[in-house]
Amino acid sequence: MAQIVEPGDTARAAPRPPSSLEPHGPVDPAHAGAPLLRLEGITKRYPGTLALDSVDFDVRPGEVHVLFGENGAGKSTLIQTIAGVHRPSSGRIFLRGREVTLESVRHARTLGISAVFQEFSIVPQMTVEENLFLGDEPRRGGMLDKRAVRRMATEVLDRLGFELRPGQHALYLSRAEQQMVEIAKAFCTRPSVVILDEPTASLTERETERLFELIEQLKSEGIGIVYITHRMSEIQRIGDRITVLRDGRYIETLPVAGTTQERLVALMTGRVVDQIFPQIRSDPGEELLRLDGICASSGSETVLEDVSIRVRAGEVVGIAGLVGSGKSEIGRAAFGILRPDRGSIQLRGETVFDADAGIDRLGPRAMLDRGLIYVPPDRREEGLAMVLPARENMSLAALDLPGFSRGGLLRRSAEKRDVSAVAKRLALSPMNIERRAEHFSGGNQQKVLIGKALLRIGAQPEDARGRVVIFDEPTVGVDIGARMLIYRAMRDLCEAGAGVVLISSDLPEILHLAHRSYVMHRARLRADLPACETTEETVLSHFFDPETD
Amino acid sequence: MSANTAPGVPLAAAPLKLKTLVTRVFVRAGILPWFLISCVLLLTLTTDSFLTGSNISTVARQATYLILAAVAQMLVLLTRGLDLSIGTMFAMGSVVTSMAMVATSPMGPAAAIALGMGAGMATCLVIGAANGIGVAYFNVPPFVMTLAMSSIVSGLAFYSTGGTPVYGLPYEFSEIFGYGKLFGIAVPVIVTAAVLVLVHLYVSWTRAGRYLYAIGGNPKASELSGIDTKFNLFMTYVVSSGITGISALLLTARLESGESNIGVEYPLMSIAACAIGGVSLFGGIGKLGNVVLGAVFIIFVQNGMNLLQLNSYLQMVVIGLLLILAIVADNYRLKLLARMAD
Repeated sequence: MAQIVEPGDTARAAPRPPSSLEPHGPVDPAHAGAPLLRLEGITKRYPGTLALDSVDFDVRPGEVHVLFGENGAGKSTLIQTIAGVHRPSSGRIFLRGREVTLESVRHARTLGISAVFQEFSIVPQMTVEENLFLGDEPRRGGMLDKRAVRRMATEVLDRLGFELRPGQHALYLSRAEQQMVEIAKAFCTRPSVVILDEPTASLTERETERLFELIEQLKSEGIGIVYITHRMSEIQRIGDRITVLRDGRYIETLPVAGTTQERLVALMTGRVVDQIFPQIRSDPGEELLRLDGICASSGSETVLEDVSIRVRAGEVVGIAGLVGSGKSEIGRAAFGILRPDRGSIQLRGETVFDADAGIDRLGPRAMLDRGLIYVPPDRREEGLAMVLPARENMSLAALDLPGFSRGGLLRRSAEKRDVSAVAKRLALSPMNIERRAEHFSGGNQQKVLIGKALLRIGAQPEDARGRVVIFDEPTVGVDIGARMLIYRAMRDLCEAGAGVVLISSDLPEILHLAHRSYVMHRARLRADLPACETTEETVLSHFFDPETD
Repeated sequence: MSANTAPGVPLAAAPLKLKTLVTRVFVRAGILPWFLISCVLLLTLTTDSFLTGSNISTVARQATYLILAAVAQMLVLLTRGLDLSIGTMFAMGSVVTSMAMVATSPMGPAAAIALGMGAGMATCLVIGAANGIGVAYFNVPPFVMTLAMSSIVSGLAFYSTGGTPVYGLPYEFSEIFGYGKLFGIAVPVIVTAAVLVLVHLYVSWTRAGRYLYAIGGNPKASELSGIDTKFNLFMTYVVSSGITGISALLLTARLESGESNIGVEYPLMSIAACAIGGVSLFGGIGKLGNVVLGAVFIIFVQNGMNLLQLNSYLQMVVIGLLLILAIVADNYRLKLLARMAD
């Protein structure tokens, strides 16, 4: 086996340990050090759209090549092409120097390309091992060879160092464990190229650490990894090279080392940071929301541990942290959909929850009435009724206001007028409020969700004064245009005297918009940073465990 | 809907225009107009009596009971629910009404009719409330809750009557609510029209009505929008059972007796009317007018099959097939709609 050494890259020159994780097939000595996989001028056309426009891409052995771009930039289409989900309209794919045509996912797999997609393909009612070999079950004489399944499953799990029992039902696995099953599934065929599509999206930080260790191991074994992520911190941590896509076009490939975040954002969006993030004037006034010593649990897991935060009128308060750090739970506790075990919550001086005094949470209805609005993170799950028109979605939380109904009877013309006004403000596209929510693009669905909050607050700027608006991941899966409009709506609210809380996994968002930031880490408040200290380094330093931990 | 919004749907070319028009009407209004048109055409051509005045008025009167049941079913379907106990509500409503009227007949016909109708109505409301409590507050799946309820109620109805009809209702009850006419229009038709007007106001012009769609569209999002989803769900089952109760009373008046075996076909027929009328079985989608037309269509088909002297068992086969066809057509329609999306 020829050693795979990138010319001029001694860091990758570690000798490969003899292991059963041999990449599929021998590497042609003539191509040692050359890309494992190379794509040339890949174009993918769908009726009416050009999803990929002559994109070049390559993966070298033992590197993590990050694919970076906004939603809709063509990342998914590109990895689906590599994984054999569909064939490109034109362009060529070379595997170890030989041109190949990927017929199907199965075919790509037999050639050594395995993908772990964001959507899980696990059947919950089946066991781990049954899931691993689903569709490719080892058989003997037409019957399932259960012993072979067990043996092979144990092998692959041991190799990856996953502590999963092969006989366990997938139903009882945590999301992270399910993710592990997905990854293990990709390794059943001994791949030489692995595609990981936002693998940490559902992982807690500890699990993320485990995944990164695994990736290091894979790299040392000469496997090439295509990695999709939106998180700057992950790019810095594990990426070697990064390719930026925008609007289906190849923009640039750069080494991760020495590339600044601003440069990446500029490449990704085609704009400089200042154009994306509006300047928000801060004029902190009275204290609106106050959480004191909040502890909460979900099942047996502690999600909030002694968390205290303050939100004043006329400021944007950022809450940063990884998924599972408890940042979302702060918003849910404040809105009364998560019942804390201990602590108290005050809204404009009124105690709306106090575990010691026996004051129970009031729930969404009462919190809305008191001027606290929570915009949930998952528009499909909790935000919108997808089959209803945009108009009915946007007015839903506001229907009990006198502007929209009187004595239980709807004022439909007023509704139409006000919804149209907000839709115009947010530049809903297409500007058709009778269109079903599900027929809008992701960014415009998010506008509908934001519009819903704005309608609840009221049309006049002075309506926002003294309100608390909690945005939980307001720009997930949202294109740059919609993002800018959402940021502007947040600015307007803040400058009109509302207290805006921005819960986000998107660090640039926190850094550029928040006047003050809290960082959550493992259910605890890790830091409380004033604007002048809110830099990428200080925030990130609180994201992970200290080195000595 | 503009002409250039649909990639993949061939438009513009002259010979395709009729096809395009047909597609558009189908996407807009669903399968129902085509069902109705073909049904009326077929029956007019194959029978002599279909388009006669007397047959039409018979159809209108016959349709009232199913229309009301379908509207009751629609309200529940809108919230992602299902009511399989609708049939036994007819049976129990009929039995209780009759028994109460017989028991109170010494007090005179007016009092007996009022008390009997009140008792029948109250029975249906109690059944609906029980369904609502189970579904909304104890999270019993609507399918299971109402299926179990239909077993319970049906059992009680047969137990209390021994399976034999209850006779001896005041003559005036059937005279007015079964066969009566006002300004030349059958009383059941007038009552149904009044209920339809009220339900229209309810679903289109009240907050509670809007919440039906919202809860069916996304219960979680509705809750986060400050809607008391449990109470609204509960009330839906109560209101729905009230509408079924009205239908049950009208049918009892028509039959002039309390019957514990009526209404068996209503769960299927009401769901079929809703499905043909484009109500989504997954909640959040449905229009009152189309449901009424769906019910009318089913009655048309039944009436036509009677005129053609088709075996009543084969009629069941036809209704079942139409239900499946309606769902398949609607799935196809939604696919087209997503592509044309405007």
